Amino acid sequence: MISAPTIEYLEIAPLLLVFGAAIIGVLVEAFAPRHLRSAFHIPLTLLAIAGAFVLTVLLAVDKTRTVAVMGALAIDGTTLFLWGTILVLAFISVLLMNDEGQFVAQAAAVPGSAEEQEAVLEGQAQTEVYPLALFAIGGMLIFPASNDLLMLFVALEVMSLPLYLLCGLARRRRLLSQEAAVKYFLLGAFSSGFLLYGIAMLYGYAGSLDLAKISAALGTVSGMDPLLVLGTALLGVGMLFKIGAAPFQAWKPDVYQGAPTPVTALMASGTLVAAFGALLRVFWVALGNLDWDWSPILWGVAILTMVIGVILAITQTDIKRMLAYSSIAHAGFLLTAFVATGGPEQNRVALSSILFYLAAYGVTTVGAFAVVTMVRDTGGEAGHLSRWAGLGKRSPILAGVFAFFLLAFAGIPLTSGFLGKYAVFQAAVAGGATPLVIVGVVTSAIAAFFYARVIVLMFFSEPAADGPVIAAPTVGTALVVALAATVTVVLGVLPQPMLDLAGAAARSLFVY
Amino acid sequence: MTTHYLVLSALLFTIGGIGVLVRRNAIVVFMSVELMLNSCNLAFVAFSRMHGNLDGQLMAFFVMVVAAAEVVVGLAIIVTIFRTRRSASVDDANLLKY
Repeated sequence: MISAPTIEYLEIAPLLLVFGAAIIGVLVEAFAPRHLRSAFHIPLTLLAIAGAFVLTVLLAVDKTRTVAVMGALAIDGTTLFLWGTILVLAFISVLLMNDEGQFVAQAAAVPGSAEEQEAVLEGQAQTEVYPLALFAIGGMLIFPASNDLLMLFVALEVMSLPLYLLCGLARRRRLLSQEAAVKYFLLGAFSSGFLLYGIAMLYGYAGSLDLAKISAALGTVSGMDPLLVLGTALLGVGMLFKIGAAPFQAWKPDVYQGAPTPVTALMASGTLVAAFGALLRVFWVALGNLDWDWSPILWGVAILTMVIGVILAITQTDIKRMLAYSSIAHAGFLLTAFVATGGPEQNRVALSSILFYLAAYGVTTVGAFAVVTMVRDTGGEAGHLSRWAGLGKRSPILAGVFAFFLLAFAGIPLTSGFLGKYAVFQAAVAGGATPLVIVGVVTSAIAAFFYARVIVLMFFSEPAADGPVIAAPTVGTALVVALAATVTVVLGVLPQPMLDLAGAAARSLFVY
Repeated sequence: MTTHYLVLSALLFTIGGIGVLVRRNAIVVFMSVELMLNSCNLAFVAFSRMHGNLDGQLMAFFVMVVAAAEVVVGLAIIVTIFRTRRSASVDDANLLKY
């Protein structure tokens, strides 16, 4: 007698909406005439994301804390907070995608060939980017909610596969873009091989893929420690790769530089949030009782990540690469609170600080990349830092906003970045990770140097005669910059509502 | 008995991992990744038999589906870069660095 599975449609409605819209998007690609497609896609994508956000808010108002779909997904405070964050970040990243001149006219045409010329002249567009983005966003939503390792693996791939493709679709500098796609794909597939072998070892150890059952097995199974240790290590490698922690950070600068900037914005914000949520759930729920074993290693990883991130960021000459290394350093700052586990109260504080940091950092990141899309040369975006010299004299508002985002990354008071950093460092000190916080503060000071260098370059050097053009922003891009700046200010000046929200989300810790 | 399968699985995983690290051609690198995924499948099925539940076999099916999807995406990307550069060597893709 097989009993039918139960599916809680109401609780997973945001996921169903996003994936449903993605499938409709694929059908639009198949059946709608070419000139009508983007007219369908843009409202469909934005409405689906907005709708999913509303559903998430309704679930949060209901205080949903449950395990759904036969234990595959955990819909708890953390999940709902991260869903809300990811959906906001996805919405503003999609607004950036909705800018002509970012995506290739015909991906199959060889760069510089006659076919490409023809495709550009005909005004073709690869409108598949919208359904692909929706699938990636759907994967990002499942990833931090997955309550068993099967779901975790599938979510990881659903999130990553569309992103590999999106990376290769830049309109300008297509060789760089294609190279970024190849590198991201090969390294991503390699790391998911490690993740999968780790899952296999943990399954061999516990006899189940369920996070709660693995946690229970830690106390009962004996004599199979090699499987457990190997499984934890390999799973950790796979997940740390996704957040770009050292020594698995090598893909990040290359991919962030080569990918179309709206896709970089989505990856730098949404993927980091999703992957960090999943990392938290796996290590705190399934392997939480093992923290004596994994936390020393993650201490090392956190230190290495912060140091490598800031040291290499200093040497960069490309703005997107610099932001990529800064993103690596921020992953390190987040890890300081991640390893500061302890009793339930300590875990609550650490979790809520991480949630606040992720939300604050994500929005600022999308804003910064939105500014990057607007500073253009004849061959596309002006990536080289020397081209940004004197931008403050040419376009004071844009340079001012960008300087503000950089100050938020550096963690200057009255920006959201300061409170985020303060919260995670405070949680880390309370959790006994004071040495990590010392490294964190020192690296933050070094980081402030290279952020300040860009600001000095923009405001205190003479603009080049043939300097870059500031593209007139589309409504979407202007909206993104304005929104990101507002959120960065508001979270910096009046953080209490958001801190309360993160605290309420973290109160019940993880449901399993 | 399970040990034999696990040893074979670990060997295949190692061969795959070394293949990714030492081979130059993107297609061969990708094949090595697939070998790693299949070695995981072998481990899943062996553990499934050992524990007497079907979770591992279920997982193996999902891994196959995901691997198939990965082939679609991966070959698309590799073929595109091959058409551009007339080379599928990962050493030639060297514009993004430092």
